[in-house]
Amino acid sequence: MEFGILSAIISVGGLGLLLGGGLAFASKKFHVEIDPRVERIVDVLPGANCGACGKPGCAGLALAVVNGELEASACTPGGAETAEKVGAIMGTEVETMEEMVAVTCCQGSPDHCADRFEYEGVPGCTAATLVGNGHKSCEFGCLGFGECVDACPFDAMYMGKDRLPKVIDARCTGCGKCVEACPRDIMALVPRKAKIYIACVNPNRGKTVKGVCDIGCTGCTLCANPKNTPSGMIKMNDKNLPEFDYSIDDDPIVAVHKCPTGSLADKIANERPVFFISESKCTGAGECKKVCPVKGCIEQREDGKYIIHADKCIGCGLCEPVCPDKAISVMGALGHQKLAG
Amino acid sequence: MDFSNLLVIVVGSILINNFVLARFLGICPYIGVSKKLDSAIGMGMAVIFVMTIASMASWIIYYYLLHPETNIWGGYDLTFLRTIAFILVIASLVQFVEMVIQKTAPALYNSLGIFLPLITTNCAVLGVAVLNIDENYTFIESIVNGIAAGVGFTLALVLMAGIRERLELANIPKALQGVPIAFIMAGLMAIAFLGFSGLKVG
Repeated sequence: MEFGILSAIISVGGLGLLLGGGLAFASKKFHVEIDPRVERIVDVLPGANCGACGKPGCAGLALAVVNGELEASACTPGGAETAEKVGAIMGTEVETMEEMVAVTCCQGSPDHCADRFEYEGVPGCTAATLVGNGHKSCEFGCLGFGECVDACPFDAMYMGKDRLPKVIDARCTGCGKCVEACPRDIMALVPRKAKIYIACVNPNRGKTVKGVCDIGCTGCTLCANPKNTPSGMIKMNDKNLPEFDYSIDDDPIVAVHKCPTGSLADKIANERPVFFISESKCTGAGECKKVCPVKGCIEQREDGKYIIHADKCIGCGLCEPVCPDKAISVMGALGHQKLAG
Repeated sequence: MDFSNLLVIVVGSILINNFVLARFLGICPYIGVSKKLDSAIGMGMAVIFVMTIASMASWIIYYYLLHPETNIWGGYDLTFLRTIAFILVIASLVQFVEMVIQKTAPALYNSLGIFLPLITTNCAVLGVAVLNIDENYTFIESIVNGIAAGVGFTLALVLMAGIRERLELANIPKALQGVPIAFIMAGLMAIAFLGFSGLKVG
């Protein structure tokens, strides 16, 4: 029988048909049942495969949630929104959880904290820590090799010019990878709504800290003093460092101002409002000057009226409610009007 | 069956004509999957597996469908269809095997599964199929050559991964970090493997 060119067509075409059919058959025959919920959960997860949940990648988490090993809220980077979606797929209610962001608990740039010796070993925080506990004069401070930055799966961190890691709040998902990566426990997670945090991890007291870093916490307890933080949000812990109870909704900006070393960091420093006194309304009662925590911020002018020096105002808002003439108002950051009232 | 002949094939494919370092086939996974030792081993196993299967399938296809003297068409020379037919068969066979092991051996699938689709139409896999034909190997010889080529590939990959894991800690000039230094490494390894070309076997 003569096939001619047909033989070529039949050969490749037939082969393709046969194999295609075989594969189609095999995909039915060897079909592996996967819970459809797994796929739907994978779809709503962030998909960064960061491993913050302790599972290998987002698919691992989805499988664990479906198998009941993990809660629907197990994905920290995804936050409450993702937890809700996952919960909806699983048909369970989800407790809303606090959204966290990472902060750098060290301000010891080379200007504040000098090096003890020059380190020329393997460039990395873990390696540098092994050599005499790091080259910084502060044995607890940030070494600035940026292992945390490398660990960040969301590109939310960078090394500042001051050799300290910076967190881009908007991108940070609170996955905690940087916290894990830091060999010196300098990165910490705080609630996204937190305004003030302690930017020092040195547990030593007064002189010892002063000797190595001029911006480190000396454990003076001024910030925890009820006079400065009446809400009781700040308590000293056994490491001679102030500890913040973020479940108390307070903005202890006065404590930041009172801190003699500047070791409390203000997360919303750029959004702080400035208060001012209306010249026409002020009758010179002077109540505001009595409550103002900042020396030289509110002063009496020669004509008896009071004035707030904008460059000194820390935006605490204590003066506004006490003014009998309602002459004090706020400039910038409108949200703070409520806070003050 | 001449066993010394098979030995020559094995030594030849693993050392003398190593697929990566002497024939320069399969450079893509060689550079891409050689960052970590575990994944390099996984990839290597997958390649051995696929090359063996590909050698078998392509030999059968070539001699029963394409070769003018032995094919079922009786004399028509269809060898010009060799490349397209091999790709077709290897790709679908690997897909098929992937489905089967996913169903029957989930543990094996978890360790090999992600690498299988990566190498379905890899040039080293096609290369072993084509070389089997060019060398006029018998069916058994083809299978042995497939296994040996895979082992050779794995050897090169695992060596490379081991070196690259060490390189991670080395102080490399900035311009050479990452892939550039890996290429230099690959070149040095190829030179080293060239030493085997003086090896006399059989």
